[in-house]
Amino acid sequence: MSPLNRIALGLGLAFLYGPILVLVAYSFNASRLVTVWGGFSTRWYGVLLADDALIASALVSLKVASASAAVATVLGTLAALALDRHGRFAGRAAFTGLVLAPMVMPEVVTGLSLLLLFVGIGLERGLASIVIAHATFAAGFVAVVVGARLKGLDRALEEAAADLGAPSWRVFSTITLPLIAPSLAAGFLLAFTLSLDDLVIASFVSGPGATTLPMRLYSQVRLGVNPEINAASTLLVAGVTALVLAASWLTGRGDRTA
Amino acid sequence: MRSDPTPAGRLGRALVRGLPALWLVLFFLVPFAVVLKISLSTPATAQPPYRPLLDWGAGWEGWRAFVEALDLQNYAMLAGDALYRDAALTSLAYAGAATAILALVGTPMAWAMARATPRMQGLLVALVIVPFWTSFLIRVYAWIAILKPEGLLNMALLRLGLIGEPLAILDTPAGVLIGLTYAYLPFLVLPLYAVMARLDPALPEAAADLGASRARAFLTVTLPLSLPGLTAGMLLCFIPMVGEFIIPDLLGGSDTLMLGRVLWSEFFSNRDWPLASAVAVLMLVLIVGPVVLFRGVRERQDAAAR
Repeated sequence: MSPLNRIALGLGLAFLYGPILVLVAYSFNASRLVTVWGGFSTRWYGVLLADDALIASALVSLKVASASAAVATVLGTLAALALDRHGRFAGRAAFTGLVLAPMVMPEVVTGLSLLLLFVGIGLERGLASIVIAHATFAAGFVAVVVGARLKGLDRALEEAAADLGAPSWRVFSTITLPLIAPSLAAGFLLAFTLSLDDLVIASFVSGPGATTLPMRLYSQVRLGVNPEINAASTLLVAGVTALVLAASWLTGRGDRTA
Repeated sequence: MRSDPTPAGRLGRALVRGLPALWLVLFFLVPFAVVLKISLSTPATAQPPYRPLLDWGAGWEGWRAFVEALDLQNYAMLAGDALYRDAALTSLAYAGAATAILALVGTPMAWAMARATPRMQGLLVALVIVPFWTSFLIRVYAWIAILKPEGLLNMALLRLGLIGEPLAILDTPAGVLIGLTYAYLPFLVLPLYAVMARLDPALPEAAADLGASRARAFLTVTLPLSLPGLTAGMLLCFIPMVGEFIIPDLLGGSDTLMLGRVLWSEFFSNRDWPLASAVAVLMLVLIVGPVVLFRGVRERQDAAAR
């Protein structure tokens, strides 16, 4: 790498990580003022743990994230299988667009349109409506992760099983599924973090009693910077980072065993 | 799974495709039809807050009465009121400017990643992906403490003696642009890197052997070859930025009008669901243009490659 390249990378990474590191550092600040360092303290984490409303919203978020990630994993995996294995079927281009479009759609549009649908069909708004919404927009991400793995798979293994007389469902459950399992886990974790992070879509489709963690944080963030949010954010960032590392470790390990 | 001619095999294949297709038609496509329908409705102080409602029991007559009650008044309002026109133009301007900044900031970064050793590349990709998955809300919120008048950036600049009094960055267009650039950088870098990493290093070397300077070799050989990755990345940033809500809300002043924010306040503050729907339709129309343009360019590139 040339010195110029090093500088570009260094600046870019500093730009990406600087704000997060500032946030983490100030979550350990004893002072209530965000810009004045008052010494190291974990007092804001204590405040956080005593905040029942915040804990309750974190539990709501975890429930929604687990359920929506499970649904998104099933949908995304099926979509990836169809795109990788079904060749040129009728409506393939439309199917591809349908799977990938929710990934780039502005969240306000996804949120509003789903809410209007739920109102129109009379579905009560709450946990279930957020789960459906999150599963819909996360499925495309799962399809991309699983699709990449399917593409790298050695077809000879499946063909050998089929030649030995295994029916297609058996080939899938004993050969394909175990081989793509790491990418399913990675897809699940990514769908989980997407759900855990989402503010906009959840705000539209949620109902009374279903306040997620980002919704709760947002209502406090609007009032300005406060050290308790910094502490909550630090925990969330740590959790998400752990999940992403786990996901990339799973995909990496899958690549090596293939 | 090769094609399995048995009825069970066909059923299996139909399920693999059909289940996600059905889900996405139901929860992604149908909702757009609902938005379109409600954008033609009239707001009402009722539950739900719009009229007309389709009376399924009245059969054909009910359907006709329903269709006749729909009109374009919300679109007339969007076209006639300067506020919405400004919001649309501002959204496009912010998204366009931020996409241009991202291309300038992200290209050297992606190129540097592509030039790293294979081991380093894996690590660098992970380093770019982690912030991409880290809570969007929190990453934007983190900038408030940095950009505000008594924030870290101003403190540092004051202490260095570079400025005499704090700069106003938070609640200004500059704050929004910084936020957009920051939040979407991975969206630009990753697809661009993916293309650049596959480029044959012999090509810019050949240009250099023939006497081109490094800058010239990059601009005339590397960059044109990386264009598919750059356009994909720019599109991935531009589309969601047009509808961005969190960044203008937290880092822009109360006068920062972007469509995402207008939609949000029409929906949550004014409870005007039909107008919010019309804003959503307008947003989609604004987004479809660049997508179609991009596909045209892409097809021409593919044709040229063949």
